[in-house]
Amino acid sequence: MKKEEAKVIIDIRNMYKIYEMGSEEVHALDGVNLQIREHEFVAIIGPSGSGKSTLMNMIGCLDTPTSGEYILDGISIENYTENELAHIRNVKIGFIFQQFNLFRRLTALENVEMPAKYNRVPVEERRARAVEALKMVGLGERIYHRPTELSGGQQQRVAIARSLVNKPPILLADEPTGNLDSKSGEEIMKMMHQLHSEGNTIILITHDNDIAEEADRVVRIFDGRIHEDKQKGAK
Amino acid sequence: MVYTEAFISAVKAIWAHKMRSFLTMLGIIIGIFSVTALISVAQGTTASVTSSIESMGSNLLTINIMDRRTSLDAKDIEAISELEGVGMVSPYVQSTYTLRSSISTMEDISTYGVNADYTKIVEYTLATGRELTDEDSDKRMRVAVLGSEVATELYNTADAAIGQEISIGGTRFTVVGVLESEGTSSSGNEDEMILIPFSTAQRMMKNTDISSIYASATSSDTVELAQENIEDYLYQVSGSEDNYMVFNQSEVLESLEGVTGTLTMMLGGIAAISLLVGGIGIMNIMLVSVTERTREIGIQKAIGATRKDILTQFLIEAILVSGLGGLLGLGLAYVSTGPLGSVLDMTVEIESWVVIVSIGFSLAVGIVFGIYPAIRASKLNPIDALRYE
Ligand SMILES: Nc1ncnc2c1ncn2[C@@H]1O[C@H](COP(=O)(O)OP(=O)(O)O)[C@@H](O)[C@H]1O
Ligand SMILES: [Mg+2]
Repeated sequence: MKKEEAKVIIDIRNMYKIYEMGSEEVHALDGVNLQIREHEFVAIIGPSGSGKSTLMNMIGCLDTPTSGEYILDGISIENYTENELAHIRNVKIGFIFQQFNLFRRLTALENVEMPAKYNRVPVEERRARAVEALKMVGLGERIYHRPTELSGGQQQRVAIARSLVNKPPILLADEPTGNLDSKSGEEIMKMMHQLHSEGNTIILITHDNDIAEEADRVVRIFDGRIHEDKQKGAK
Repeated sequence: MVYTEAFISAVKAIWAHKMRSFLTMLGIIIGIFSVTALISVAQGTTASVTSSIESMGSNLLTINIMDRRTSLDAKDIEAISELEGVGMVSPYVQSTYTLRSSISTMEDISTYGVNADYTKIVEYTLATGRELTDEDSDKRMRVAVLGSEVATELYNTADAAIGQEISIGGTRFTVVGVLESEGTSSSGNEDEMILIPFSTAQRMMKNTDISSIYASATSSDTVELAQENIEDYLYQVSGSEDNYMVFNQSEVLESLEGVTGTLTMMLGGIAAISLLVGGIGIMNIMLVSVTERTREIGIQKAIGATRKDILTQFLIEAILVSGLGGLLGLGLAYVSTGPLGSVLDMTVEIESWVVIVSIGFSLAVGIVFGIYPAIRASKLNPIDALRYE
């Protein structure tokens, strides 16, 4: 399969995100153009404060730009209502955060079920899907554990299971290994590769070169601008 | 289905902060308890007063002469009783005396001078002995009919009282009859009074004017006719509408219901203020809870929760807290009706409309004071919420 022929699913055009800090302006995004096709595995790398998270929040429809356009799956984000954006976050995008962002009071199973619940999936089916997702990340034995009873790596795997439960085509991971030891980090990366091979579009944010090199395409961002966009093997 | 789940997770959230939830609920518990209890007490008062007025006979007419110069005498009483629609008529005078028997003494007991028809007009029933007669009045006999408590206090039993001597303010009388217990009414304890012949009383009280009269209509249909005829008669005798007042029982009841209605509203209103305070407590805690859970809300929104999902979640939580508080307050009111009734010496019952209104109110408080925090939660910007530490 030639990647160039796959459809562009994420299309960011001349995007700015400017924060006013008193009299000063912070250009978190400073004219970003980025196209990502279906089934790509893209790493976005840059130093801390370079705008990676801001970019990911834009891609994930969590934030709105100061100016510029974001066309997701052929439709400009501006045309969506608040409810439709919630639905997109629910079924088109799976989020994986550096801090896992699980609900402490809920079990692994209940955490994983959440997005399906917001998608109004009937209880039985939702449960079955959540169990399946937890099995896939190797936590079939721990579905009734709460986050506090799991290691960091296991918590991140619960978060991955949660991101998968509605089978979204796009996975957004913001420094998913940032809070993990290297062994757990490797396991998570292995999982990313597997999900990519199963057809997911993966966008991975990192400040770690070694991790970025595992992706097929590396986008370097600095001070809110894209400095380099390199396909692997293209050189 | 969505709501059932929101309900379950609201229960969990409330349970996670048991103490805080309970303290929040306490405001509503106290509010609903006081609303329910106070309204029920007011209702109980109304009911007991109403029933004692009704027990006096619905055909009863009360006549008061307000003008000292208008003086009625036995002929007027005779004339009034002849009027169309009027049944029986009895003038009465009242004073209080110390009663004495060989066994005991009672002070400040209401003593009514009445004629033979009085007990029939106010529908008293005789327990033992005989009633007062026209002859008693004509001959100014020193005979007395006792209320049941007077009889038992002075002679131990009603039967033992018959034929015994009684000193009424130092004058010796003979007990000829004892009444059945009638209970308490707006005119006081009807068992703690005595009846003596009208003419005898007039002399004792040195009062020859007739200023108060009880009359009965021939039937409940002729009450108004009787009232009009009496009013016409008194107008002719006294020359002015301002000199007399004639009431029928339904008017008395109406004005009384007006008063107790106002009382109920006032008590309910005061109690409602405590409910308001409870509601503000809920709003306060819900706002704290929204702030505490800002990050959670951010995560929820990131994984697909809509505004409505978040709004429903917080609103159900607020309604649940206040609804539960309402139920507990109602339960407390139920438990306290017994003790309250015995302390106040009346039947305190929580009527079903009070239950419905209480529950409705507590739910409404939850909605009114929960909606603002819920809207705030639902409108949180996902990214700001996620960044919140
Ligand atoms: N809410 C905000 N208010 C002000 N400045 C912000 C806000 N969010 C991000 N920034 C600034 O935007 C820049 C990019 O931030 P971010 O995207 O989080 O960087 P990265 O994820 O690459 O570390 C930083 O300088 C940061 O301080
Ligand atoms: Mg970041």
